[in-house]
Amino acid sequence: MGTSPHPSKVSEKLLVIHHGFLSFLRHRQGWQDIIYGLKLWKLAISLGWLDIKLRYRGSVVGPLWMTLSSALMVGSMGLIYSTLFKMVLRDYLPFLALSMILWQNVLSAIISDACTCFLQANDTIHSIKLPYFVQALRTMVRNFIVLAHNIIVPLVVFVIFRVWPGWVGLLSIPALALWLIDGIAVCLLLGSLCARYRDIPPIVNSIMQVVFYVTPIIWQPSQLAGKDWWLPLNPFYPLIEILRLPLLGGVPSLFVWECAFGYSFVLCLVAWFIFARARPRLAFWI
Amino acid sequence: MSENSLNDSYIKIDHLSLEFPLYHGGSRSLKKTLFVKAGRMLTKQKRQHQRTGGDVVFQENDPNQILIQALHDINLDIRAGERVGLVGHNGAGKSTLLRTMAGIYEPAHGHIQTRGNIDALLDPNAGMNPALSGRENIFLRGKRLGFSKEQIRHLEKDVEEFAELNEFMDLPVRIYSSGMAMRLGFGLSTATTPKILLLDEWFMAGDSVFQEKAAQRLENIVQSAEIVVLTTHYLPAVRSWCQRLIWLEAGRIIADGPVDTLLDRYIETMEADI
Repeated sequence: MGTSPHPSKVSEKLLVIHHGFLSFLRHRQGWQDIIYGLKLWKLAISLGWLDIKLRYRGSVVGPLWMTLSSALMVGSMGLIYSTLFKMVLRDYLPFLALSMILWQNVLSAIISDACTCFLQANDTIHSIKLPYFVQALRTMVRNFIVLAHNIIVPLVVFVIFRVWPGWVGLLSIPALALWLIDGIAVCLLLGSLCARYRDIPPIVNSIMQVVFYVTPIIWQPSQLAGKDWWLPLNPFYPLIEILRLPLLGGVPSLFVWECAFGYSFVLCLVAWFIFARARPRLAFWI
Repeated sequence: MSENSLNDSYIKIDHLSLEFPLYHGGSRSLKKTLFVKAGRMLTKQKRQHQRTGGDVVFQENDPNQILIQALHDINLDIRAGERVGLVGHNGAGKSTLLRTMAGIYEPAHGHIQTRGNIDALLDPNAGMNPALSGRENIFLRGKRLGFSKEQIRHLEKDVEEFAELNEFMDLPVRIYSSGMAMRLGFGLSTATTPKILLLDEWFMAGDSVFQEKAAQRLENIVQSAEIVVLTTHYLPAVRSWCQRLIWLEAGRIIADGPVDTLLDRYIETMEADI
């Protein structure tokens, strides 16, 4: 007694230093994971492509099944909702076809795929040291291939109804780039969370169902007739709008763009912190 | 002992401990079972037998979380030119240590430092996709290593000659026998020349002709590899391939020394245990 007057204080201080060092290390290693993952982009493309190839191996029509089912869905929904909403098919169907593909095959598909992003690759993760970022890229490649098949549906609708966005359509390119970055962030975020908490995927699914109805996907923002002040509160709205509107020949307002970038920034920030924290433990959780 | 040059490979491990958290698979019921049955048995009859598995620890701040102490305060220094055999009872932590060296598990405590590119044969399927054909798996491995098209072609030819799978090369790995999958995995992992080679015990399987061929190929790669670490229960392999033996028990290193002297002691203990 008496030789070390404040033993608890000393150990507390040491612990803090240790912790600070660890979190610095975590961020550096997380960053390295992303850099190495980016260097392996060719691998990610092969993996994503093989995923799709495997899914449709032995099928005659192959990935075109996706196109066919999308066409059927858009066609029947177009007929029903244009009657319900009392809208001219020529105005409504191009909007619906594009919206539904962007929602069903991109947004919703990426979010549910992101949940199993790391869980699915558990064999690889347990046997080979590979950046986790590759799995996120692979998920994005897979979804991009799916989109490439499904985009045929709105294109055909556009041709049938002679809709052409013109030069404004080029505004969708930066929007697509933003979607790519957000998609990767969602993969890292949900992939990490779902590896640890297996209750997340069902929660995400039920949220997405609600989001589908409160986001202008099958209905147009103009139908709210002035009561649309709450739309920007929904992060999905500006994100969809910046990609969809230019393709339909409109220019999104600056405010919508600002919202889209703001939400994306927050998403990336949260994803980075969760991923950097979870990354060293992922191999144990899966 | 000659001083190592700066570019030589090494594995340095300082005070490394590794715990497996158990969150899933009904930790409550598992906890009950472990508490009531195994807990009492293990504490009362401690160390009469070789211990199977690491210690099961319950975290104080979260009673629902079970930790399995797989590795406990490991200190190791493996230098270029060494061939190390890891031995120990089932669940002593051999494979976990190997996976930690490969960088798959990152330790929560302690440090591990390695220099030199590592190739690890940890699993017969070693990251292979069972739904893809042998050839596609070779292609993927090449991509993973960042190979050019030319290099991938070379890899494909080399593995094809070694594995002798003939027409099975274009069929999915899923339908391979375990021996065939192993030939492919072994051929693939030994086609590249890693500086550090980590081998788990599965590579001891396979028919006798293949064994000879594998031994030859392994001999070649060991010649070029600077460090080889292998785990096995097949002790003659340890005797012929390794000079250094590390004996693990319940996640701790209990002996570390030359194979000549230590292996006999290990065999004695194992026989006494039966």
